[in-house]
Amino acid sequence: MVQGTQVETRPTLAARLMPAQFSWAWLGVMPFFIFALMFLILPTAYLVIGGFQDADGNFTLSNIRDLFEPSILSAYWISIEISVASAVGGAVIGFFLAYAAVLGGLPSWIRPTLMTFSGVASNFAGIPLAFAFLATLGRTGLVTVLLIKFLDFNIYSTGFNLLSFWGLTLTYLYFQIPLMVLILAPALDGLKKEWREASSILGATGWQYWRHVALPVLWPSIAGTTLLLFANSFGAIATAYGLTGSSLNIITILLYAQIQGDVLHNHNLGYALAIGMILITALSNGGYIWLSARSERMRR
Amino acid sequence: MAFLEIEKARKVYGANTVVQTFELSVQRGEFVSFLGPSGCGKTTTLRMVAGFEIPTSGTIRINDRDVTHLRPNQRKVGMMFQAYALFPNMTVAENVGFGLKVAKAPAAEIKSRVEEMLNLIKLPQMAGRYPYQLSGGQQQRVALARALANKPQVLLLDEPLSALDAKIRISLREEIRAVQRELGITTIYVTHDQEEALSMSDRVVVMSEGRMEQVGTPFEIYNFPRTRFVASFVGTLNILKGRVLDPKSGRISLDDQEVVTSRGISDAQAGEIRSVALRPEAVAIGRNGAGGNQLQGTIEEVAFLGAVVRIRMRLRESAIHFDTFNNPSVPPPERGQSVTVGFSREDILVLEGAPS
Amino acid sequence: MKESRLGAWLALIIGTLYFVVPLIGTFEFSLRMRRGTYSFDAYRVVFSDPRFQASFGYSTVLAIATIIVGVLLVVPTAYWVQLRLPRLRPVVEFLTLLPLVIPAIVLVFGYIRIYGSSSLIPFTANERSTDLLLTFSYVTLALPYMYRAVDTGLRAIDVRTLTEAAETLGAGWPRILFTVILPNVRMAVLSGAFLTFAIVIGEFTMASLLSRPAFGPYLQLMGANRAYEPSALAIIAFVVTWACMGLIQVFGRGKAAARRPAGR
Repeated sequence: MVQGTQVETRPTLAARLMPAQFSWAWLGVMPFFIFALMFLILPTAYLVIGGFQDADGNFTLSNIRDLFEPSILSAYWISIEISVASAVGGAVIGFFLAYAAVLGGLPSWIRPTLMTFSGVASNFAGIPLAFAFLATLGRTGLVTVLLIKFLDFNIYSTGFNLLSFWGLTLTYLYFQIPLMVLILAPALDGLKKEWREASSILGATGWQYWRHVALPVLWPSIAGTTLLLFANSFGAIATAYGLTGSSLNIITILLYAQIQGDVLHNHNLGYALAIGMILITALSNGGYIWLSARSERMRR
Repeated sequence: MAFLEIEKARKVYGANTVVQTFELSVQRGEFVSFLGPSGCGKTTTLRMVAGFEIPTSGTIRINDRDVTHLRPNQRKVGMMFQAYALFPNMTVAENVGFGLKVAKAPAAEIKSRVEEMLNLIKLPQMAGRYPYQLSGGQQQRVALARALANKPQVLLLDEPLSALDAKIRISLREEIRAVQRELGITTIYVTHDQEEALSMSDRVVVMSEGRMEQVGTPFEIYNFPRTRFVASFVGTLNILKGRVLDPKSGRISLDDQEVVTSRGISDAQAGEIRSVALRPEAVAIGRNGAGGNQLQGTIEEVAFLGAVVRIRMRLRESAIHFDTFNNPSVPPPERGQSVTVGFSREDILVLEGAPS
Repeated sequence: MKESRLGAWLALIIGTLYFVVPLIGTFEFSLRMRRGTYSFDAYRVVFSDPRFQASFGYSTVLAIATIIVGVLLVVPTAYWVQLRLPRLRPVVEFLTLLPLVIPAIVLVFGYIRIYGSSSLIPFTANERSTDLLLTFSYVTLALPYMYRAVDTGLRAIDVRTLTEAAETLGAGWPRILFTVILPNVRMAVLSGAFLTFAIVIGEFTMASLLSRPAFGPYLQLMGANRAYEPSALAIIAFVVTWACMGLIQVFGRGKAAARRPAGR
């Protein structure tokens, strides 16, 4: 048995600093914590506290009560509706796209291409996306014009308007679908082929396999990502602003107007608006995080 | 008519022939192993029986019914996989009852059958557990119960023990065989572990590079290997270079020493160089039995392993491995010592082909 | 399983149509500036517009500043957490997830209120300091991605062994950080950097509310006033985003290729 030789050098940096060792590391992470305090915690806390105060600084619930005023409530409601529509739409379409690329038996170059494109598209949000859809489905957009020219069909005659609920949802799908694809593809990888084969040999059809095995295994991922998409859409503003200016009454645009010009004539009500938003996105994202932890466990 | 007939099954992928003309008749209740190294085609053949691969040519018949083009879920065949066998979102009971649920059996029947199966594998208390709460060995036992719950005609096992620890492998091996015997179900078992194949099977099919090398009982395969591959794959073996002196009388020259084999080598020609196989357990120091063979050589290496002493002896070019039992009153031979070993005429085998 | 292949192709074709048609439509629209014929006039106008150059330049400078501040903030933190303070990991990870939970507009609202001209730390008092505030805002936006990239990169290089090896050779911690750790997470940092660049270039909400002349507000202004330039700008923005993602792939793959031999 070879004996370990004693290393006879000076003690390591860590040992030398043993009493002060911890302070080096703590010092090292201090900037981060200071930053997080200054730019994450304090601003949010300020708004939350402010929402419960009136103009003189006294504690009050009147701002929260005022949130339920019709115009504000409808802003929340429209935001929620658009977010639900684009989240569910993004989830369903994204699921089928991811399924096609991962399990659909397509040529092998399709999946990496789809993944790369999804990475780009999920970041192509905001004003440029609004421009792109205006140029495509606006009144003089390419698709609108082509449909009139070749099929004699004016989509605007059906009451469709890009600058509306459905138009915005359609536009949001452009970054919602890729996000779903990006998150779901690895989850689909986690479906072991042995499960499919075992279910088949036990007499199940493809449908029965999906109903009894694959979907139950996948649902935390699917549901969680849908919640993520919901929060993503709820907090979005640039795309909507680029598309409709400030005409569509969604909560983010309302808040934007409030910040710029105090349209509500009540600073503290603005804070309450923010509280409502934080609550909704926090719940939604919290659900996503909890569900994705569950799906990790199932993946074992 | 045998219960399971694989007739001239071939599988070709592009330019690759993965399985070349596989022929086998399996009797009802028989346990047959496909034994061979990775890539020899054993799993592909099994999957053709299961329905996950369609043979390029040939047919598969189960109970006199041509199933070659039937889908896996139409064949009433049970299968056990190497890993990821169980559905993670279902309890043990739900896993075992899955096949019956799919077949729309009444709930009471499912319940009683699941109970019966869990008792068979001796895990009735695990019914409500999830797969991640079970050990690897337990998961495979449940997988077995699930495969059998449907009362399949044939049971297929694809290296089910390869992912488990050695000790569990041995105990599970016995349990699988016991269950199989009790139910009398026709079984095909794929493995690369020759000990598994030999200890469990009624018959073994040794495969290499898509070809069937030999089919026989474990006794036949081990003692009378027909090709060099079978001889070296199954059990340990000494392979020596021999020159045939006289095919009729079975005289062979090994490094200029003459030995006689009682197995007729009538297909050989005088002067031909052939592989000669000699099992280590057939060799003993100094046996001078009448009519037996002897070889003289020098001890090259002695390894004292406790109960067994492993010795390597050199002739001129070739070396022979053999074991002797430890005997406290007889110290093991020493390196460099001259020694004579003996073995009978039946123990030395001439194989097809020359050594590489 | 032939039917599933048909369904897969169908889904793929529909998906491709949905994603490609808007790009084609935008490009086509951007070529329409000159009456009656296709031309690149819109692009010419855009590129020669001093406001385009100014705002794109401004956003680029801010992006670089964001990347630098982000790296200086994230790399030591991830390093120390992995090496010495593993118990802090959940806290740090929670903090890096906050920017994803709290919408950007809410954050900038908070900044304006807390760091307005009449407060303790008046970031918005003058232009330079507002630029600083905007940079910090962008760092906050990019924090989740930057941290995850660097953390993953550090995990792949066994920080502990490298540090101890460097220590036994006599290096102090600043040297360790800069000459041993940083070069090895270069790829991860670069991919985080390109993502940050893409985020900053296109950002609108924060720049607009802080009244800074960034690319985002410029885009919005163009959209409100011009007809064809916005589409050209959209195509330019798409190309920039694609370039960033492509560069991430290039650098990410270099790293991944080095890792792959170790097993799938």
